[in-house]
Amino acid sequence: MMTKTSVETGSAMKTAEKVVEIRNLKKSFGEVKVLRDLHLDLYDRENLVILGRSGSGKSVLIKCMVGLLKADSGEINVLGYDVPSLNHKELDELRQQVGFSFQGSALYDSMTVRENLEFPLKRNRGIYDRHELDTLVIDALKDVGLETAVNKKPAELSGGMKKRVGIARTLILKPKIMLYDEPTAGLDPVTSGEINDLIMEVRDKYSTASIIITHDISCARHTSDRIIALFGGYNKMEGTFEDLKKSNDAELKEFFIY
Amino acid sequence: MEISLLMSIKDFLTNVADIYRFIRRFLKEALFPPYEGREILRQCFSMGNKSWFLITFTAFIAGIVFTKQSTPSLQSFGAESWLPSLVSQAVIRSLGPLITGLICAGKLGSNIGAELGSMQVSEQIDAMEVSGTRPFSYLVVSRVVATTLMVPVLVVYTDVVGLLGSFFMVNMINNSSFLLFFTEVAESITYLDIFSSLIKSAFFGFAIGIIGCYAGYHSDKGTTGVGKAANIAVVASMISIFILDLVSLQVINLFR
Repeated sequence: MMTKTSVETGSAMKTAEKVVEIRNLKKSFGEVKVLRDLHLDLYDRENLVILGRSGSGKSVLIKCMVGLLKADSGEINVLGYDVPSLNHKELDELRQQVGFSFQGSALYDSMTVRENLEFPLKRNRGIYDRHELDTLVIDALKDVGLETAVNKKPAELSGGMKKRVGIARTLILKPKIMLYDEPTAGLDPVTSGEINDLIMEVRDKYSTASIIITHDISCARHTSDRIIALFGGYNKMEGTFEDLKKSNDAELKEFFIY
Repeated sequence: MEISLLMSIKDFLTNVADIYRFIRRFLKEALFPPYEGREILRQCFSMGNKSWFLITFTAFIAGIVFTKQSTPSLQSFGAESWLPSLVSQAVIRSLGPLITGLICAGKLGSNIGAELGSMQVSEQIDAMEVSGTRPFSYLVVSRVVATTLMVPVLVVYTDVVGLLGSFFMVNMINNSSFLLFFTEVAESITYLDIFSSLIKSAFFGFAIGIIGCYAGYHSDKGTTGVGKAANIAVVASMISIFILDLVSLQVINLFR
């Protein structure tokens, strides 16, 4: 069962419940060991940034958390669910409480923005009432500042708009945990800043705990309560942005230089 | 040499096992609720809509050509009156299902392979998976059920259009009446011809759907992966249609 502990979430120090607990996580692809011995805790309403170079296993980690990839060994406990032992039905129950924002947004390109947002409502909540669907869709789009794009197709949206719609699509199910996979990848600095602000707004409005996978230092600084530096498949260092900045580790220093 | 041969055999067997698991999962999700009624209807409509024009065009011309080419042979021993009987049996027993199956393999198989392949590559299927929306049921079950239902419907349509094409040719040659032609057609075909043709077509449809979905669902990453998925969907569907046609011929002959 999840424990309570004292951590700093947002600006206030308070007692928060642990919502994710990962121990000794290992994952390989053939001969390549991607995650070697990873430990991770995430607390309620906390923004945890996983910082690391491309190919360091950051995305693999969050895919293991929602059962998209099967870990070789280790414990993954998310919202009280022991992920490796879940059957399909239990996994679907868990997934409805965890929002996943993909690096490439992964919007359904044959559907409009409205249909993208309606899809999980119809499939998971069984909501088909037009008025109720419209209200929920417009509310979610307002939260990401895109209510005017409701009838557009994904191909008509910019990269930043796609990210926002992707986030709105996950928020519509009111998740308890948000997983962001490279939320600012491929965006200009201004749009990246807007996405960073949005991540903070989502945490405040929806009271979510978040894991933000990134190699963007600006994103890490802006959104993190705590950072785990993932190098070589294990957590090399853990702390606040300032803690990591002060580190003398050569690999970490490279990050802060660039 | 021996090692590469062993690896090829291992890959082949792995693929066979994967396809077996895929079909088993399809049966499990198709037979038990929740059912995908709305999506199946949408897919049926879309598939019929995509195929009818090409089928009309091909079946009408096939009817004309088959009749035109058969006429001299029958004329040579004074059996022109057997033309409606010959054409109807050829169209209903073999030509109709085969033409429809091959057109659907090209048109629908490639469409399913490419669509699911691009969804796989762009992580759209993963996005459905992580939101708990059961993508296998929504994407695969609905499409396979739709092809299994729609190919027999399209075969009936092909038969009718092919016979109309044949009548057009017969009418041009000896001014035969519509009523006479179709009376002879009706007299020459049996219930076994019709039902065996429909059952065979349902298997064709199932093969097209399951192969297209398997290829798309297991597409390699990257744009080449999408092209490869579409290609595999078409080629493997066509080969399976010919094999099924051969097998069904043997089975149906047991009942004649």
